[in-house]
Amino acid sequence: MDKKPVPQFKGTKKQEQELREFIMSEKDEPGALMPVLQKAQEIYGYLPIEVQTIIADMLEISLSEVYGVATFYAQFSLYPKGEHRISVCLGTACYVKGADKILEALEKRLEIKVGECTRDGLFSLDACRCVGACGLAPVMMIDEDVYGRITPDDIDGILQKYETKQKA
Amino acid sequence: MLTIEELNKIYNSKKDLVAMRHHSSEVPKNCEYKRQVLICGGTGCNSSGSKKVMEALYEEVEKNGLENEVKIVRTGCFGLCSLGPIMIVYPEGSFYARVTPDEIPRIVKEHLKEGNVVKEMLYEDTVKEDGTVISLDETAFYKKQLRIALRNCGVIDPEDIEEYIATGGYQALAKVLTSMSQQDVIDELLKSGLRGRGGGGFPTGRKWSFAMAQENDQKYVCCNADEGDPGAFMDRSILEGDPHTVLEAMTIAGYTIGANQGYIYVRAEYPVAVERLKIAIAQAKEYGTLGDNILGTGFKFDIELRLGAGAFVCGEETALMTSIEGNRGEPRPRPPFPAVKGLFGKPTILNNVETYANICQIILNGSEWFANMGTETSKGTKVFALGGKITNVGLVEVPMGTTLREIVEEIGGGVPNGKKFKAAQTGGPSGGCIPACHIDVPIDFEHLSALGSMMGSGGLIVMDEDNCMVDIAKFFLEFTVDESCGKCTPCRIGTKRLYEFIEKITKGEATLEDIETIKELCEHMKSTSLCALGQTASNPVVSTMRYFEDEYVAHVKDKTCPSGVCKDLLTYSVIADKCKGCTLCKRNCPVDAISGEVKTPHVIDRHKCIKCGLCMKNCKFGAIEIK
Repeated sequence: MDKKPVPQFKGTKKQEQELREFIMSEKDEPGALMPVLQKAQEIYGYLPIEVQTIIADMLEISLSEVYGVATFYAQFSLYPKGEHRISVCLGTACYVKGADKILEALEKRLEIKVGECTRDGLFSLDACRCVGACGLAPVMMIDEDVYGRITPDDIDGILQKYETKQKA
Repeated sequence: MLTIEELNKIYNSKKDLVAMRHHSSEVPKNCEYKRQVLICGGTGCNSSGSKKVMEALYEEVEKNGLENEVKIVRTGCFGLCSLGPIMIVYPEGSFYARVTPDEIPRIVKEHLKEGNVVKEMLYEDTVKEDGTVISLDETAFYKKQLRIALRNCGVIDPEDIEEYIATGGYQALAKVLTSMSQQDVIDELLKSGLRGRGGGGFPTGRKWSFAMAQENDQKYVCCNADEGDPGAFMDRSILEGDPHTVLEAMTIAGYTIGANQGYIYVRAEYPVAVERLKIAIAQAKEYGTLGDNILGTGFKFDIELRLGAGAFVCGEETALMTSIEGNRGEPRPRPPFPAVKGLFGKPTILNNVETYANICQIILNGSEWFANMGTETSKGTKVFALGGKITNVGLVEVPMGTTLREIVEEIGGGVPNGKKFKAAQTGGPSGGCIPACHIDVPIDFEHLSALGSMMGSGGLIVMDEDNCMVDIAKFFLEFTVDESCGKCTPCRIGTKRLYEFIEKITKGEATLEDIETIKELCEHMKSTSLCALGQTASNPVVSTMRYFEDEYVAHVKDKTCPSGVCKDLLTYSVIADKCKGCTLCKRNCPVDAISGEVKTPHVIDRHKCIKCGLCMKNCKFGAIEIK
């Protein structure tokens, strides 16, 4: 396993209260752990150990069980994501149209590998499995925006939009 | 809360509104609008900007004072995703493709206001050479299609339950609740010959009858909407375009097996589908087609949504249920089968979205109608997500038995850029490929398995001569290595070792003995893995080896990649005749691997070359080749 430095947990009281209220409302539903983890990730953006501990305590299950589920599913992350989340679709339709080259170009441009976050925290890069926009292959998403029919040459222009937004 | 009479009242008052949206050229008598504009709001068209087109349309319609004459409807997927954003105007049935907001003022003024179709903005296949406009149903893409599961996609507003009712929605449920016994429903399904559309092809009627036969105080109906096959989006489009048909069919299933709780397990990666399902469930409860007293008959049924979290294995039925229970989505050994002991240990049926989308039509039109379509063993239609190297990327629904050639060449419009069709991949990471020599195979469950592929859920990816089959096998294995849940050894370790072997081949480091070991390993994984993921993980390798053994041998023996994909086996070289000696490549090479004087042909040093491709990209004379 790669050891990544774990950033300091910066959760607020308000976030914690929101999470606790949600857990209280779901606690008695069968199979509550998944919806709770999804909500927690929505609130905090990731699932640090502090958050997993709250969930384990309130649902009265062991921390190892929470950790087991949190690490099983690709959607859950134990590390914070960048301010802008880039995900490149590596579904079959995109792959046969050269999505791997898009990913390669992004890694080179951002100087990070898949699954990592840039040092300034602006971008994180992930590969995902099919967003279902196969008509536009190859596809990448930045946050909620979908960019279709892209080539490695388009990358620079697209990223610049987000970088200048940041400076402004 | 609707009673059946009230349901019929809505149907009668609204049916003309929806009837206008099928090709006719007249406005039905009772329709209050002169024209209707349908805009696709599916994921594909959303991504290509349909929201902005829609905003522009509302604005222009208002500017021209047409609000009372023109109805704007945001629908689900039309199927032709590569032409998005798509807009159709009825009653003419004019199909505007790749619409931009700038084009809207002209379309509104000339077509909606003055009644003249803007021909040059139409999809070119709907305009004949002599200038006459044909309906969409007559174009090559739609002509051979038969839409049953997709019948409402691209026709109704999925966020309005009344539009669904206007197409005859919830009539099947009313019929079942008032005039059919549980056994009647099962008999009807058995006679129809409907088989599960999720990949396995198990007869739906039999599945339901097993669960019905169980005595238990609690049973469950589940819907598998965890469409994990990368490159497939049939289920997503049905959920986005016609969510109520799934709710209605699940309610019918609940009545039939004696369950009052349903769960839909849907991918969180499909935000639009999730949102529309939430709206549909809320409306169904408000109208009383879900809840404590459905259509006033006293039958009780409820549906809850559960979001997946990105694990392919959760498409396997037992893993899906384990995940709904809030655990790691690992499969369980069968038996006991879910019909006996499923979700929370109770008898459960699990069907795929597309299977449910067929149910109501079978109930309404009868089993005979359904059984008349398709082949001897595979009845009805199948939806395919056509993707990859094909002109018309999109969603198609064809009768079982349609040949691959009809799908690829006629409906799909063939392989673009003058390239040759090499193979089609079906069944995703569990499936296999169908090579060009078998392009005339009729597509049904049996024919595809005989070729070593499978129907799968319906992903159909077309590949051309530029795709390397070893690389494709590697791609799928990388996927299964990633997605193996790790519970059983043959899958966890087998997929990884198999991947390493294939990687060795793509690097030119493998021997012919390795190929034999690979075959043996595939056999072991197939016979000893716990669930379908591991049992079928080797299929892409077995199938590509079967039809493209020469490509494997080329990689292993000659250390070349015939399609020019596997990077480690490629060499860049300068074509001396074409090289003008401009030095551009030399100056751009990051590792100084290129030498040569001005105005004399350059040379690439293979040992120094890192195969970055910069020289090829920069050469203005096409003098760099890759082999």
